[in-house]
Amino acid sequence: MAGPYSEKVMDHFMNPRNVGEIENADGVGEVGNPACGDMMRLYLKVDGGKIVDAKFRTFGCGAAIASSSMLTEMIKGKTIEEARAITNRHVADALDGLPPVKIHCSVMAEEAVKSALEDYARKHAG
Amino acid sequence: MAHIFFDHISTTPLDPRVYEAMKPYFLEWYGNPSSHIHDQGQAALVAVDAARGAVAGLVNADPREIVFTSGATEANNLAIKGVAEAHAKKGRHIIVSEVEHFSVMNSLLPLGNRGYEVTRLKVDRDGKVDPEDVRSEIRADTILISVMHANSEIGTIEPVAEIGRIAREREVLFHTDATASAGHVPLDVRETGADLVTLSGHNFYGPKGAGALFVRDGVALASQLDGGFQERGFRAGTENVPAVVGMGAAAGIAKAEMDGWGDRLRGLGKRLRDGIEATVSHVHFTGHATDRLPGHVSFWVEFAEGESLLLFLNLRGVMAASGSACSSNLRGHDEEDLVASPVLRAIGVPSDVCTGSITFSMGKGNTGEEVDEVLGVLPGIVRRLWDMSPTYLDYQKRGTR
Repeated sequence: MAGPYSEKVMDHFMNPRNVGEIENADGVGEVGNPACGDMMRLYLKVDGGKIVDAKFRTFGCGAAIASSSMLTEMIKGKTIEEARAITNRHVADALDGLPPVKIHCSVMAEEAVKSALEDYARKHAG
Repeated sequence: MAHIFFDHISTTPLDPRVYEAMKPYFLEWYGNPSSHIHDQGQAALVAVDAARGAVAGLVNADPREIVFTSGATEANNLAIKGVAEAHAKKGRHIIVSEVEHFSVMNSLLPLGNRGYEVTRLKVDRDGKVDPEDVRSEIRADTILISVMHANSEIGTIEPVAEIGRIAREREVLFHTDATASAGHVPLDVRETGADLVTLSGHNFYGPKGAGALFVRDGVALASQLDGGFQERGFRAGTENVPAVVGMGAAAGIAKAEMDGWGDRLRGLGKRLRDGIEATVSHVHFTGHATDRLPGHVSFWVEFAEGESLLLFLNLRGVMAASGSACSSNLRGHDEEDLVASPVLRAIGVPSDVCTGSITFSMGKGNTGEEVDEVLGVLPGIVRRLWDMSPTYLDYQKRGTR
């Protein structure tokens, strides 16, 4: 039975990639708020200007979990500049689209990676 | 895969006997009850009147007091707007509870621009209205009190007989929306002292597209549709004959059999609730413990979100409902269309956990084996979401929420 989500969304919801946390992560980003229904925490391991590992924990709906999972897949192996250029549109497109009411979940993913990279920059400034 | 329907508050499956009763009114007897001089119209009129009698019998009304509508939403619109317009000379004050259905709440919105005032009564943590609050809010210009019979989300049955008594004493009209309760628990419009009662056919094993408003004899009501003189002038438009016939058949079956369903469903509800309590931690049950719809189990789980719970349950063949904002309107235009349940907010569930709400509502066809199957999958689903949740991780690390 076709549900409200694409097959890709359901695949990432049912089998989310990279769930967990990274001890002594180089950058951690937290966005959203459980009061708004979703919250995502993203952990990054950076080596030589490249994201070598990414893990997440998300409280939220199917679209929030799938967006988080897809984001980690997309940023692994990317340079910091490449990861910073990822937009919510890229995440939503990679998931074969999200319902209009759920676009904010992909925005959360974009904000999470930006927030984690800011944290990385802070920690590694000077 | 399992196919376990535990979402009877959204709708109920059609009883096969109802289906059989409806069948002749599609192909064989297609007449219009208003054209009843000839045989086709006469057959339709007789069928609609028989259904009127059966629906009246379900709630101890007189058949002349039953107005068929397209469903409960239309009946609620007719009750609220119809009374407001017809009684504006007496006053423009209306009292409702804060847990009414959208079709009551949103019917009040246009009235606000026309000088009407609405008092929204608070409910307690179980979702109950205090009848004494009703008494103290009645003013000289109060024309209507509307408090639902039972709440579909949290199952609580409201003290409608006490409210009806107060309304009668103070000579204010009383409407109760019995969409969730009619056909499931006894409702006697005379004992309840209700002047207007909303009924929904598809909520008690009848078809969608048929509802009714009980309008006590003598109550003035302004019709909300301009047209012919169907339904004693209260509701213009040709009756949906097959659906009305189905609603009548369903009402007859419910009247005869609901006591048996109720006893069985109360047992299944207890089995499900006890099982959840024993196997899932961080669960908070909602609604009144005993004054509730049979077979109705509602709760919220910490650190998990409602839509995700529903999606995983559905993947295991279990269909339920949630008051979570995220699951509220997936076909909406944008994020603004996602609204957390006002009922959960009204009973004091913190908004950051409203999202983990689940309502399991069983029906007469459900079995103990299905309850056990749901109990078999629920703890694993909750665990899976907790393992993904940053809030659960923080809870584990800090030992506090």
